[in-house]
Amino acid sequence: MTDVTIAYRKKRWGWTLLAVLVLIFLLSLLLGRYPVPFITPPSLFWNDPRALQLLLHIRLPRIIAAFLTGMVLAAAGTVLQMVFRNPLVDTGFLGVSQGAGFGASLAIVALGGSPAMIQLCAGLFAMLGLGISYFFARRIRLGDWILRLVLAGISVSALFSAGGSVLKYMADPLKQLPDITFWLMGGLWSITWPDVIQILPVTCICLVVMYLMRWRLNLLAMRDETIFSLGVSAGRERLVLLLAAVSGTAVIVSKAGLVGWVGLIVPHITRRLLGADAQTTLPGSMLLGGIFVLLGDNAARTVLSGEIPLGIITSFFGATLFLFLLLRGGVSVKRK
Amino acid sequence: MGSVEADIVIQAMSFRYPGSSVDALENVSLEIYPGSVTAILGPNGSGKTTLLHLLLGLLTPTRGKILVKGKDQHDLSRRELSREIGLVAQEDDFSFDLPVLEYVLMGRAPYLKLLQLPDDRDYELAVQALAQLGIGDMAHRSVTTLSGGERQLVTFARVLVQQPSILLLDEPTSHLDLPNTHQILQLVKAMSRQGKTMIFTTHDPNSIPGVASSVILMRAGRVIAAGPSSDMLSEELLSQTYGVEIEVHRSDQRTFVAVRDQSTYSAR
Repeated sequence: MTDVTIAYRKKRWGWTLLAVLVLIFLLSLLLGRYPVPFITPPSLFWNDPRALQLLLHIRLPRIIAAFLTGMVLAAAGTVLQMVFRNPLVDTGFLGVSQGAGFGASLAIVALGGSPAMIQLCAGLFAMLGLGISYFFARRIRLGDWILRLVLAGISVSALFSAGGSVLKYMADPLKQLPDITFWLMGGLWSITWPDVIQILPVTCICLVVMYLMRWRLNLLAMRDETIFSLGVSAGRERLVLLLAAVSGTAVIVSKAGLVGWVGLIVPHITRRLLGADAQTTLPGSMLLGGIFVLLGDNAARTVLSGEIPLGIITSFFGATLFLFLLLRGGVSVKRK
Repeated sequence: MGSVEADIVIQAMSFRYPGSSVDALENVSLEIYPGSVTAILGPNGSGKTTLLHLLLGLLTPTRGKILVKGKDQHDLSRRELSREIGLVAQEDDFSFDLPVLEYVLMGRAPYLKLLQLPDDRDYELAVQALAQLGIGDMAHRSVTTLSGGERQLVTFARVLVQQPSILLLDEPTSHLDLPNTHQILQLVKAMSRQGKTMIFTTHDPNSIPGVASSVILMRAGRVIAAGPSSDMLSEELLSQTYGVEIEVHRSDQRTFVAVRDQSTYSAR
């Protein structure tokens, strides 16, 4: 039966990705600069209590945070691309990430900078960024919907970046400026268990909501009159999915800063590997996104003796892969 | 028709788009019966698609009302309505390269709860619908690789899986070549013989003979006339509909409609 083969294919891919993930997870635990550069021999964890401490209190939370970051950003990218029926959008292109970064900076400079305040401001401004981008995309009189949304998103992102620069200019150069500069580059070097525990509830809820609505994503990628004819309340369902995507991203950005390109490139690669059915693309993107960021973060903390900002690594590899896919025709923009 | 209950009754309905100062549809009253094929014919901008979107429930009448199977359309929930009325829209929906089977499966949405995934039975129905249309071999192709005619067939399969009793088709043949147009129109006829009520819009009167049992003639938001297609395809009514001289040729029980040549443009 045809449907059986499809189900089988999906399952096999899921297990393969999961196996790769577990392997990379275990490998990541061994990677580091202390006590020896690159691979830590596993026996050391038994013999050297400090190595074990380092594993449990520094590497493990960071690895979990890296994986969560990748899952959330890639899932949010998939959701935005399908809900807006636009394969060229991503949280970084719709004012979401820059809005969150601006909100976080604002919280640091003007509102005391407590973790709760940073997350709240990041969330509010991420939604505001998306709202403004959408508002202008509906009103721009140039090009098709795909181009309009990209244009509006880039402009709004630039506005928030400029706003962020103003805040940087006003910030206390010794106490606040380093914090803000960190948002703009993105990185996980300061992540500890309390950080992971702070972001875990919201990101898990967002991931579960997106995952549960994976089949609806296929529906929501259709034209409005078709969605209506299928009895679906498109507005309400889109809102739920966008809220999940944006809140998840905002919480991640408030801890990890701007980790770019994950939400754009991972869904494209996943669609190429697994097809465009959101039932597979969404969970596939989550796993691949987790793997992508985890690998990036491993490089960030291992390659040089100093830390390379994670955002620089993901942007470098993300943009390179995107160009490669564009040249190979892997990015299809067929819609009128 | 006294004893047969109409599928759709439109009572003195007018519709005006928000912000507009004129009615897009003015005082329309119609009855559409089960198993009939109705063509909504008119020039571009005559309100055909607006009428279709009102029947679908996407737009709400400004005045008057629409009864679907005897019930006021707006007493029915969106889900209930979607089990009665299906739509083949004018533009297709292929933004992402889904496999055909997964696309057809979306027709099951009216029967699935918010977080419910389609199960084996739903997949089976989708496979059956493809087989019924003779395109079972397309199940695993990506929708973005389909030709115009194939796309339309796949969309029909999606609507079949939805199992509505009334099908609305917005210009189902406007993007198709001659053989594909013929195939789709034959399909419309075949589906009506299976008891479905078919309503389609068209700007081409030649797609009506032998297909539609009744015709609604529209011009500038008004229904000029409605009735059996043999009565509606008259030179007088069609000329009134299109605002140009139309001639109707009948031969061998076939009917052809053309614009009367007034030699407006000279070749010389």
